[in-house]
Amino acid sequence: MKITRAEVEHVARLARLELTDAELDTFTGQMDGILAYVEKLNALDTEGIVPTSHAVPMENAFRADEPTGSIGVENALANAPQRAESFFRVPKVIE
Amino acid sequence: MEIFDLTIHELHEKLKAKEVSSVEATRAMLDRIEAVDGQVNAYITVTPEQALVEAEAADRRIAAGDIAPLTGIPMGLKDIFITKGIRTTCGSRILENFVPPYDGTAVAKLKEQGAVIVGKLNQDEFAMGSSNESSYFGPVKNPWNLECTPGGSSGGSAAAIAARTATATLGTDTGGSIRQPASHCSCVGVKPTYGRVSRYGVIAYASSLDQVGPLTRDVTDAALLLGAVAGYDPKDSTSVNTPVPDYLAGLKSGVKGLKIGLPKQYFIEGLDPDVKRAMDEAIALYKSLGAELREVSLPHTEYAVATYYLIATAEASSNLARYDGVRFGHRAEEVRGLKEMFAKTRAEGFGSEVKRRIMLGTYALSSGYYDAYYVKAQKVRTLIMQDFLNAFNEVDVLLTPIAPTPPFKIGEKLADPLQMYLSDIFTIPVNLAGTCGISIPAGFSAAGLPIGLQLIGKPFGEATILSTAYAFEQETQWHLKKAPL
Repeated sequence: MKITRAEVEHVARLARLELTDAELDTFTGQMDGILAYVEKLNALDTEGIVPTSHAVPMENAFRADEPTGSIGVENALANAPQRAESFFRVPKVIE
Repeated sequence: MEIFDLTIHELHEKLKAKEVSSVEATRAMLDRIEAVDGQVNAYITVTPEQALVEAEAADRRIAAGDIAPLTGIPMGLKDIFITKGIRTTCGSRILENFVPPYDGTAVAKLKEQGAVIVGKLNQDEFAMGSSNESSYFGPVKNPWNLECTPGGSSGGSAAAIAARTATATLGTDTGGSIRQPASHCSCVGVKPTYGRVSRYGVIAYASSLDQVGPLTRDVTDAALLLGAVAGYDPKDSTSVNTPVPDYLAGLKSGVKGLKIGLPKQYFIEGLDPDVKRAMDEAIALYKSLGAELREVSLPHTEYAVATYYLIATAEASSNLARYDGVRFGHRAEEVRGLKEMFAKTRAEGFGSEVKRRIMLGTYALSSGYYDAYYVKAQKVRTLIMQDFLNAFNEVDVLLTPIAPTPPFKIGEKLADPLQMYLSDIFTIPVNLAGTCGISIPAGFSAAGLPIGLQLIGKPFGEATILSTAYAFEQETQWHLKKAPL
């Protein structure tokens, strides 16, 4: 076994995903299979190989620090599930 | 020949000659959508009112003598493209009612030319899938055989070309999501070099792999549409500031003396016999046109799928963290506290393929596994890129199949995600290497299903793969065949 049900539950908590018991069972089996498959990468010696995070070799992309237009408060809030004045409204953070 | 059958360049000539108005072309397309999309399900949202307003504006522009190549052309957009005032779902319940306040750069460029947007096209949820079955809005059917998938994730974008419900469309390609559906629906699809087209206003899946590209009826249209959307954009700091060549001007350069490599790892046992036959015919044709064909090796090909499903899922788990029910999108009701709101919102909003990939990516990035999975995959990515650089020291272009088989049946691979992932073996390496590839129609299976041919180019070698594709298209009739719909 590459991954246990308890580990899958832990990962779901990290990912902020509420999973049903059935989903936990399915994902445990499927992730186990996929992780067993990706094990094949360990057959390759990658000692001293530089990891690639990005296909195009580039350093930081700088731009002048000048203010430009923005979409504005009303547009930003237009899709808010709940709003109050010019804020996004959410359930209580401190219980 | 109906108006909806025309290519961009054919319709452009008719618009320019005032034989047809954009309003007529747009109405014809909207009627066609009304008539056949019930069977295909390529569209998530059709926008008739806006489209006709845009068509009227295009006609005024044409009357004033100001016609650009895309002016008045009815187009569809994968629903991953942010469109101002038009619902943008990305195939997900979590964005079911999301109406963006701005246009992305590619869309803005189409609108500047006066293109008419007739609607937003179905796709796998958040572009995660190879069959368009993970869409919250139901699977897309392949117009060539309604029991088959059109491929994915830009399945709606490809099916709309085959069903003639859009003159041209835009898609995105992270691991094959333009090329594979183009192959399965017998249209032309280009995955440009990473950084060639701005990703600003494209909903992110795996940011180091995602690219925007055209799906069209022929290579000329692909050259035209790629040229229209390509170029540096200050709003996407990963877009590359290198000039955009005139792709149309270079189309007829021919293939005489062109060195075409055949990667031996792509011509393996187990390749479907119909696909094999189509590749053999294509190779013979290129030889007869004066190209030099030779075998090359991409030795790390067999590691590409494993590498991709670690890197792409890791990036996805991070990108999709934004869907938390706070600022936009679906929010779960009746929750106790903020944390529960996040977890329930995401549980309700995401489908199972998206959840599975978020889980895999979160695991690959989690403490204790980061080096073993994520960094390991990034190192293997370096080896895969190196394979391509080495091959391109020997040849100008690579020729490969797009998919190991013709389109598969809806439901056939749903139970086993790993089998589904493995069907992307020939397209994924191009994204990992960050270079460009094109899919062009190359024949049909005995059962009448489309087979695509892939040409892979050097980074920023789009002009070469387009002219190589054009040479093939001139000698074949595959792109002219119409789906029976």
